[in-house]
Amino acid sequence: MVAAGVLAAALLVGCGSSSSSSSSGGGSASNASSNKSPVVIGTSLSLSGDFSADGQAFQKGYQLWASDVNKAGGLLGHPVKLDVVSDASSPAQVVTNYQKLISSDHAKLVFGPFSTLLTVPASKVVNRYGYAFVEGAGGAPAAFGNGLHNIFDVSLPVIDNLVPFAKWVASLPASERPKTAAYATSDDPFTQPQIPLAQNIMSAAGIKTVYSKVFPAEVTDYAPIATAVASSKADAVVLGSVDVPTVSAFVHAFIQQHYSPKVFIATAGPDQGAAFLKAAGGAKNAEGIMYPNGWYPGYANAQSQKLVSEYVAKYGGTPADVNADVAEAYSVGQAIAQAVAATHSLDNPKIISYLHSGVTLNSVQGPVKFNAQGENGQAAAFVFQWQKGNQVQVLPVGASGSKPPLIPKPNWGS
Amino acid sequence: MSASSLAKAVVDGILTGGVYALMAAGLTLIFGVMDIINIAQGALIVLGAYMSYVLSVHLGIDLFVGLIITIPAFFVLGVAIEWAFMRRLREQDRTAMSILVTYAVAIIIEGLLSVIFGVDYLQLRASYVDSTFHILGFYLPYIYVFGFLLAIGLLGVLYWILYRTHFGRGVRGSLQNRTAAELIGVNVNRVRAVSVGIGVAVTAAGGMVFGATNAFNPSSGYDLISRLLSIVILAGLGSIAGALVAALFMVTLEDVVAVVWSPVWATLVYYASLIVVLSFRPGGLFGSAAVRAQ
Repeated sequence: MVAAGVLAAALLVGCGSSSSSSSSGGGSASNASSNKSPVVIGTSLSLSGDFSADGQAFQKGYQLWASDVNKAGGLLGHPVKLDVVSDASSPAQVVTNYQKLISSDHAKLVFGPFSTLLTVPASKVVNRYGYAFVEGAGGAPAAFGNGLHNIFDVSLPVIDNLVPFAKWVASLPASERPKTAAYATSDDPFTQPQIPLAQNIMSAAGIKTVYSKVFPAEVTDYAPIATAVASSKADAVVLGSVDVPTVSAFVHAFIQQHYSPKVFIATAGPDQGAAFLKAAGGAKNAEGIMYPNGWYPGYANAQSQKLVSEYVAKYGGTPADVNADVAEAYSVGQAIAQAVAATHSLDNPKIISYLHSGVTLNSVQGPVKFNAQGENGQAAAFVFQWQKGNQVQVLPVGASGSKPPLIPKPNWGS
Repeated sequence: MSASSLAKAVVDGILTGGVYALMAAGLTLIFGVMDIINIAQGALIVLGAYMSYVLSVHLGIDLFVGLIITIPAFFVLGVAIEWAFMRRLREQDRTAMSILVTYAVAIIIEGLLSVIFGVDYLQLRASYVDSTFHILGFYLPYIYVFGFLLAIGLLGVLYWILYRTHFGRGVRGSLQNRTAAELIGVNVNRVRAVSVGIGVAVTAAGGMVFGATNAFNPSSGYDLISRLLSIVILAGLGSIAGALVAALFMVTLEDVVAVVWSPVWATLVYYASLIVVLSFRPGGLFGSAAVRAQ
């Protein structure tokens, strides 16, 4: 009796960890849409658990989009109402959530969750209902190898994430080019496929691999792995990370071991803006660290700049606090909105056909054009670097907005 | 792989193992006294990290000095948790129900921390967090050494309280036979409340060291709980000394495997070693019967 009561209380207090929340996104729909019934769009997000930071950023991205679309009259005149349920970062819970959203909550449309790990199981159940599954953070090969026709990723296919970096390293003059490299990656489906491609390019350029290991995603003590990388004294470190704690642990271990590689790139974590700085120990420790991505707050795109302004106005902080998750989520809404407008329909099969038609869509991340698998073939791969507390686009060299990369990476704290 | 790398892995394992022992001590103490499996241990560790963060960032109090405040505060919190949640469980299904109740406590703590602090990762800062000293060819981080010494000290105090004081005899007496203990004048409810208070108080120290060595957010506790449970099971539920031995053994083994073989196998070997030991000693290294008789 006591336990049941406590559990109930906990579930209420637990920040919506397994409850749902509905939101119109805060925007007031125009007169044209105010008389029509709302369109419920369902999504499962990791509002607690390992991906909670990313999940909550995604929620903000979806909410900002819903607010904007409602201000512009909604979808076909219907105001948008978000139905957000939390999956607690669990691949099992995300399946249950989408079943609930579609069959019980009667969501007309669904948006994707955060991470490839959750997108893969979610896409299968959503496909069963014939719904379009547009997502912004499930770009790994594992999400597209299941023969599903309904999945669309608006972001950069992650397999190519490190290619600009690897090619840049390989192209450096011999005097600047790292001679040795260490590769350590989590076995997460998002990050692990990125590493071999980069390693092949760098090895072909004569960069000797002195450490190459995979570590479990659930590891809690990174010290022995980071220390082993430090002991290798590699000139370049390529870290396959999925979150801030992983990169932060390596940064602190490297500092403690008095090891500063000339080049240090991590697949995820440094993209989290100010949140990364807090964990890494400030801008001086972040200086020179690189990461691949398809978007950053300074991205020279009018829609993107509007999004950044709206984010700061609604949630406070500075542009540096806006991480790529927000833009990825916002782009999902943009893709769906354009498909709905073009088909004049909320019918999922029509939306799927339209998204597969080869049309080029606009998003805050740039153009979106889906290939047969549903990957965004138009997405540009950029590499960013922390320079003086700012995220700066540095690769591809010579691309619009790119600034010179900082090489070698300064010593820690300098 | 050089002998130096192997030696470094052993040293890292011992230092980190001490920190894990500190984090597991409260878990094993609460089980030993009350037969309660405290799933909220991970959340309490994270709460301890946040308390240290508040004292450090907002009041400028050093992380270790701040324990003078957080340890008593956590003692009171532990007593309150025992009174509000644990005392009300029926004796006959106490252990099973405790999993549900303490999971609820964990969710409450996570929810409150999320509301107050948000979900961005933080890490505790101090001059000694990234500083090291050089000895025998190794760079040893001060924070791990200080954390290890703190763990040894606090576990020693715990051991002394349990096995060398009148209160400790009351604790162990109420473990062996509640009715008999009450008949000879032991206030079992009070003993249990104080024991949970002590267990949670120690967790404040574990949380501070965890927060100084790892980035954390309100959800970080879930990553810890399976590891801490495996340590106290290997130790023998209720054994303070066993928790130290088990943590040193498990974490050192894991670190060595990660360096010598592969990080992927480290986790497997970690849990495989648990199965092997339990096959020969089902009660753990220091089985509960032996623990209560000490």
